[in-house]
Formats: sequence, C-alpha cells, structure tokens
Amino acid sequence: MTLTGAEIVIRCLQEEKVDYVFGYPGGSVLHIYDELFKQDDIKHILVRHEQAAVHAADAYSRSSDRVGVALVTSGPGVTNAVTGIATAYMDSIPMVVLCGQVPTYYIGQDAFQECDTVGITRPCVKHNFLVKDVKDLAATMKKAFHIAKTGRPGPVVVDIPKDITANKCEFDYPASVQMRSYNPVVKGHLGQIKKAVQMLLEAKQPIIYTGGGVVLSDASEKLVKLAKRLNFPVTNTLMGLGGYPATDKQFVGMLGMHGTYEANMTMQHADVVLAIGARFDDRVIGNPEHFGEVARKIIHVDIDPSSISKRVKVDVPIVGNVPDVLDELLKLLEESGKAAPDVSAWWQQIDAWRGKNCLGYKQKSLIEPQYVVEKLYEVTGGDAFITSDVGQHQMFAAQYYKFDKPRRWINSGGLGTMGVGLPYAMGVLFANPGAQVACITGEGSIQMCIQELSTCKQFELPVKIINLNNGMLGMVRQWQEMFYSKRYSQSYVTSIPDFVKLAEAYGHVGMRIEKPEDVEPALKKAFTEYKDRLVFMDFIIDPEANVFPMVAAGKGLSEMILSEDL
Amino acid sequence: MRHIISILLENEAGALSRVAGLFSARGYNIESLTVAPTEDASLSRMTIVTTGSEDVLEQITKQLNKLVDVVKVVDLSEAAHSERELMLIKVRATGKDREEMKRMADIFRGRIIDVTDSTYVIELTGTGNKLDSFIAALDAGLILETVRTGVCGIGRGDRILKV
Repeated sequence: MTLTGAEIVIRCLQEEKVDYVFGYPGGSVLHIYDELFKQDDIKHILVRHEQAAVHAADAYSRSSDRVGVALVTSGPGVTNAVTGIATAYMDSIPMVVLCGQVPTYYIGQDAFQECDTVGITRPCVKHNFLVKDVKDLAATMKKAFHIAKTGRPGPVVVDIPKDITANKCEFDYPASVQMRSYNPVVKGHLGQIKKAVQMLLEAKQPIIYTGGGVVLSDASEKLVKLAKRLNFPVTNTLMGLGGYPATDKQFVGMLGMHGTYEANMTMQHADVVLAIGARFDDRVIGNPEHFGEVARKIIHVDIDPSSISKRVKVDVPIVGNVPDVLDELLKLLEESGKAAPDVSAWWQQIDAWRGKNCLGYKQKSLIEPQYVVEKLYEVTGGDAFITSDVGQHQMFAAQYYKFDKPRRWINSGGLGTMGVGLPYAMGVLFANPGAQVACITGEGSIQMCIQELSTCKQFELPVKIINLNNGMLGMVRQWQEMFYSKRYSQSYVTSIPDFVKLAEAYGHVGMRIEKPEDVEPALKKAFTEYKDRLVFMDFIIDPEANVFPMVAAGKGLSEMILSEDL
Repeated sequence: MRHIISILLENEAGALSRVAGLFSARGYNIESLTVAPTEDASLSRMTIVTTGSEDVLEQITKQLNKLVDVVKVVDLSEAAHSERELMLIKVRATGKDREEMKRMADIFRGRIIDVTDSTYVIELTGTGNKLDSFIAALDAGLILETVRTGVCGIGRGDRILKV
C-alpha cells in the first residue's frame, strides 16, 4: 500500500499502540497534523509550550510502562523541546520525540525555522535520526521505539523533513529490529552473581541501595522478595522512591544530600553494599573520597556498564536487566540452602540512628511545609501520584510522602528541571485517568510552566497543585543562608501573582491557605468537593523553613547537618 | 598513559560527530583521530589516540560502546600492535639544500612525490616518533608546510577487529 510520509508516521504510531501524542503544530509538521485530524485512534494533546509537551510525554512514560510520544515543529519547536528531552535523558526515561524539519532541499540554507536538530539534541538523547528518504521512515520509527525502551531506556529523536512527510512509498512496518551495533545485555554474568551471593551471605553490616533502575524495570516485587529473604536494610535514591515500600520496617528512608540520618549512616558504615539500578552520583554519596575512607565491598547491578565503576570502585560488577539479575540472585540464594546472615546487631545500631528522629520539626504559628506534605499523605491515603518541581518543596515531598508503590513519585532527579511539575501531572493523568494527582511545587517553579493551566482547562485535568509559597527561591535561599553569609542575591521573588485569581482566570478553583489549622480542611475539600476540578492551593508557608538533614556539597555522607528543631 | 582506540562504526552521517561529541562532552583527550570506510562500505573504522588513567580508559571504552552507531571498540595498545602515520612535508630545495633534502628523505625511507625548481614534497610513513624525528632533523627554516594523517593501527597476528 502506498502512503505519504505523514500517513506512515500515523500508521507507525498506531502499530506501536500509541494512544496520546503531546504536541504543538507548526509549518514543518502540517502534513502530519493533517493526518492526525483524519483519524481517531491517536489523541493529540495540545499544550501551550513545546517544553510542556515533552515533559508530559516523559511523565506519561514515568507513570506507566509505555513510551510517551511528543510531536513538535522545526526550529523553535525543537529548541523549546530540548529542556524536556535533556530532563528525560538524565533520568533514563523512554520517549520518542518527533520533530518537523525544513524540506531536505532547504537543509543547510538557514531556511525559516531551520535548526540542526540532530546536532542540538545529540548530547541529550539516547539516539537520534534524520530521515532523508521516505523509504527509511517506517524502519526508523520502529528503531526509535525499540531503542527508547530497551537496554538503559532514554529519549530518541526522529527528525522528519517536511518533504519526507509528503513523499510516498510502500508502507511496511517491520515486525522486529535487528541492529548489529545495538544489542543490550539482559542476563547478568552467572559467575559474578554467584560471587555476589557469597558476599551477601557473609555480610555483617549490609545495605541494599536502589535507584531509578528498579522503578523503570518494574522490579519492585522482586526487590521486596530479596530484601525479605535477607532481612537487610533498604535505602532508595530520590529516583528510586517507591521502588521499595516506604512504610516497610526495613526501609531506612532516602539517602543522599537530604537523605535521612539513618540511611546515610547505614550506607557510610556498611560492609557490603548491594547497589541496584543506582549510580552513586554526587547527590547520593557526597564526596567520593570521604565515602572511600571506609572499607566495604560493593556489588553493583546495572544495565548500563558505563554506570559501573564510574564514581566508585566496584568489587562485583553485574551488567544486566535488574529483574533478571534479581531472579538469579533469589534462585542462587535458595539453592545455597543457607540462612540469611545474622544482622541483628546491625539492626540495633540502625535503630539507634533512627532514634535521632531526623525528620522531626517544630510546628510554629506559620504553616510548615513538612506539615502540608504530611497532611497531603494522610488525605490521599498515601496513594496519590505526586509530581514535583525542583527545590525545597521537592525534597520535602520526597522526605515526607511515603511512597509504597513504584511510578508514583514523578520528578526531575538528574537534570533538576524547574517547571516540570505541572506538565508532569498532565502526563500522569493521561496515563492514569481517574487517579489522584498532586503537584507539589513552589511559587518559583510553578511560574516556569504556568501556561499549562490552560491545557489543564481544555482537557479538564483535575490536578491538585500544592504550592508551597514562601516568597523565596527556597533552596537557593537556604544555600545563601548557610554558605553565603545570608546574602540573599536574587532569591527573593517580588511581584508574585495572586495565584487564586490566576487560577480562576484560567477557569480553575483557587485557594489561599495561611494558617496551620486550615491545611487539612482545605486539602480535604480539594480532594472531595473539587475532586473533578483543578485546584490551585496556595499555601503561605514559613519562609525560613530549611531542608534537613543536609550533606553540604563536597562533604561526606556521615557529615550531616541536622535541624536545630531536634 | 597513551592509548590507541580502534572503533568500528556504522558508516552513517553524523556517526563521527557522535564520537567526537562524546569526547568533548566528557572531557576526554583526543591526540589524533582518523576515520575512513572499511572494505565493507557500510562500516567505518576510526582510530583515536588518547591519554588517560586506567579508570578513564575504562569509561571511554564503555561510553563508546554505548553509542548506538558503534559496533565494536578495542584498545589496540593493550597488546601487540602496529601503528603508522603518514606525513606529507613540503620543503625548500634549492642550492646545496636540494641534495641534502634528498639524502635526508632516503635516510628516513621517505619518498619524494612532487618536485619543482625550488621545493620537494616528501612522503614519510612511520610511527609518530619517527615523523617527529624527521622534522627535528631538518633545518626548521626549510620546512614550508606539513600535514599528518594521525595514527592508524592494527593488532598483530590473530588479533582481528571485524564484525
């Protein structure tokens, strides 16, 4: 059957069972938009800025096991999308971004809305393609989806010149992909796994440290099985939250710069670290020299060999897909016939660290941000999808909302992109219609993609925006308070809009909450009376609240600064 | 330490920039880089000379393997290998220097491939050290122009890099 390139794009998306495309039209993608118009299988979500289209597609992936798709036009469409692409890349999120391009015969001539998409996106994609012949289009689309979701996942960009979308050829969607240059490892090396089992069985002060890899590979159940079999403490990175149930007694909390006292102390003093789908990054272990001062054995399971021995030397590297490796580990543990090592003394030590109650805070006359998150947790029964922006509110959300399920905590961990929260909430709602979705944000971050309130109105998305409004770029202010002698350079936000009126102007419900006693009733009202509406909840919070514990940049994990409230 | 990395990669537009971009983005050194298609026109072979500690080299190899266009990567300098570089050097060849230049080219087993009344172009192949020595042996004032290809290398004996 002979089809135009634009028809082929749509057919490929249908073959991939794509139900939503997040996008924004423009000159170079008009043929594709015309074909979108003629069909009903794929619904197009019109955003108000391309960055939001990519963030929404990204969150669609994060909150489901499917691949999000974004569609943008050439030139500024692409450059606006770059932040979204880089955000997804840093967190290994599978996504396909289709970009219009000027016609092939204009490329390189500085045509209207031309940019070197492949060049600009190259450092922040898993792979990208420029389609130069309509005959390659279907195979390229197939490869794009395949590459995005296999191995260590990531965003793939397909740059499609306008004439390619008009040219015709036979449509044949390949059933499978064979690439001699791309064959990700799945099974872990058996010899290494055996060594790991031996090491785990001999551990006296072990810790299981897991990251986004467990969430992305849907390995949570297997992780729980392993942890229960061994009775080892478990910590999660920011990206790994929900990978292990936070309310389980073996969970010691998030680790890292704003991790719990017990998680950081357990990690620092462990004799055996089982790292799974995590990468020992700077926000997690702090100063690698300080971390290296304690002798310990490290077992590192990761699908990406380049993540292993990148920042710390690893004793047992296991390259493989996390669920497959966990299966092997469990199997070998059973076959060993040995009981789990006695770690009761280690648990006593951990419980002593827990006794610090490091997340304790004093309730004052102003609303404390921690309190809002705790109440949100209660009101939503701990079962909401929480998106966040970047800053203090993000850390409060990570510390105080106890995620028991994977794919519920949606935030930008690697790139740390302010402005993702609202478009993330949109993506979550399209992947999980009817779910409770709250976006925990601040008055700085929310204004970075505030225009999406309009998209939320168009598609009637009942996001609950929890705006922790301290009139400050809180995390910047916290660093300036602690490390720059309180010189608050540019961290005070003036002329903050009246968010209640703003929400109403967009057709939503707005609330301002100024007293601690009003927090819970307001949240309840938002989730019951206004269940089906977007509610913008502007919480005027204590402007001096800081995030603790804190490992200052360059410091070691056990050198935490704790809250003065303790 | 100096290493010679050989890479087989898909002979596609942009593949070179992916490799070069990786080196600059991650702060790895490139001393020289050469690339050309192989006997299989769908594949290119690239040789990169780089320096770095063992840890850095391990990361370079891993990161290169991660590139979707890269088929195979090998560190040639890990075992016995041969390396060569080609230089074309244009020198002033007048008066008494004309005979001297011819003699120097012969000593270094170079070949004169272009002759005018006043210049020679000498072609010289060898390791980088040999080419450096040749340049050092000439009177600097007589060198008009040099161009070098950068190193290419191949494993000795049974060490074969092929798909």
